[in-house]
Amino acid sequence: MSHHIVEVRNLQHVYSDGTIALKDVSFMLTHGESVAIIGANGAGKSTLLQHLNGSLEPSGGSIHIGHTPLSKSTLPDIRRTVGMVFQDPDDQLFMPTVFDDVAFGPFNLGLSVADVEQRVMEVLEQVGASHLRAKPPYHLSGGEKKRVAIATVLAMSPDILVMDEPTSGLDPFARRQLMALLQDFHHTKIFTSHDLDMVLDICERTIILHEGLVKADGPTREIFRNEALLSSCRLEKPLSMQGCPICRDIR
Amino acid sequence: MASIHGAILDLKRLDLLADSNTCIHRIDARAKVLVTLVFIVSVVSFGKYELTALFPFIIFPVVMIALADLPPLYIVRKVALLCPFVLVVGIFNPVFDREVLVQLGTLSISAGWISFVSILVRSILTVGAAFILVGVTGFTAVCQALERMGMPQVFAVQLLFLYRYIFVLTEEGGRASRARELRSCGRKGLGIRSFGSLVGHLLLRTWQRAERIHMAMLARGFTGEFHSYRQSSFGKTEIWFVLGWSTLFIMLRTQNVSQFLGALVTGLFS
Repeated sequence: MSHHIVEVRNLQHVYSDGTIALKDVSFMLTHGESVAIIGANGAGKSTLLQHLNGSLEPSGGSIHIGHTPLSKSTLPDIRRTVGMVFQDPDDQLFMPTVFDDVAFGPFNLGLSVADVEQRVMEVLEQVGASHLRAKPPYHLSGGEKKRVAIATVLAMSPDILVMDEPTSGLDPFARRQLMALLQDFHHTKIFTSHDLDMVLDICERTIILHEGLVKADGPTREIFRNEALLSSCRLEKPLSMQGCPICRDIR
Repeated sequence: MASIHGAILDLKRLDLLADSNTCIHRIDARAKVLVTLVFIVSVVSFGKYELTALFPFIIFPVVMIALADLPPLYIVRKVALLCPFVLVVGIFNPVFDREVLVQLGTLSISAGWISFVSILVRSILTVGAAFILVGVTGFTAVCQALERMGMPQVFAVQLLFLYRYIFVLTEEGGRASRARELRSCGRKGLGIRSFGSLVGHLLLRTWQRAERIHMAMLARGFTGEFHSYRQSSFGKTEIWFVLGWSTLFIMLRTQNVSQFLGALVTGLFS
């Protein structure tokens, strides 16, 4: 399939205190793409993500998911299509147990108890968290919380997966596990991250936001080779592209 | 802020106790909630100068702790934490109510002291029963039981959210308080003023978090209704559990067993 699945046209957002977060953002994603949105702190990444499932309303411009424009009437459908994983899993896990939390979305979709149970077990299995199902969220470690947060979203069977800083706060092993998990998904994926090495591994395309504008949009490797562009946007090459510091000193 | 973190760990322990698998834990939550309610109502409904008739009620917490294998010292410590509040409530009774009610030789005990001790005993019994209920059932199950017994869902959901975020918020409060302590170098810092702004910030952060949680709920199709999948049965064991305890409580409420036993013992010796 090659139809456009996410289309953002001249998106603008001004917060109520007058802060201009997005000046003019346009891009188009096709089915199955894995895209990173990177940029310095305050570049507008999180604001942009919150527009994708209607958590924030644009001050100007428009968003289309599939061929449906995002508006009040299409919001319930769009929220099912776009699965959003928040940066802080504590914001996402609000039910008393892991099972209840993952079941929350499917119940809201109106599935029967048997279907909900089956779906919950499937997604928990998929993220490797089925042994945690009876635990309350506050008894989980950071990595476990992240996995369960992803499961809560997968249980809604979204077509598009949007994740805010998926690897932040994880230890190296949990980070690797999560990256392997994300690589297995065939959804259209949109990430924001400061972990550029992760971006290099799992996103073939990268969009750089800078002061509310799209500064660059293209293949990840190409963008990361352009040092002038990166430093003008307060970014750096990922560590894996910087060469070994020890060998460099010896030479 | 070791005390705040300690308090959280303590609360988590109460939650973990509910995971055990004893005969009491296996009973349907509704039965346990009902029995605890009857217990509390029976204890609270005594007149304010009643003291002797309260003591036999101790049998309920003792039996529950023994059968459910709860750590008794832990429960006693939890209940003791509440005593200062009770003392504040009852401390003026002996001052205002000076009428002499009991005369032991030369020692005269005023009605105020009797009612003060009565308040203390009642609090220990009722709070203890509530802790035991959570320890053998789990807070979530208690809320769900209340909901299935007719409490409006909105209250149940509020309670569940409160319980879920107590941990997150106390940890946040603990961190903020530790940061303040570290920068005040063992002195008072800016005293009450800095605490004011600290609490204010905590409130604002709570607000922001609530907004994010609401967003997360909306993103997963929340329309104002909570669904529950739990099925449990109110069988024979539950009926016997409720009937047995309720009968005992009503009997203890209507008959003063302490007095009866006292009369029996003194009758034997006279």
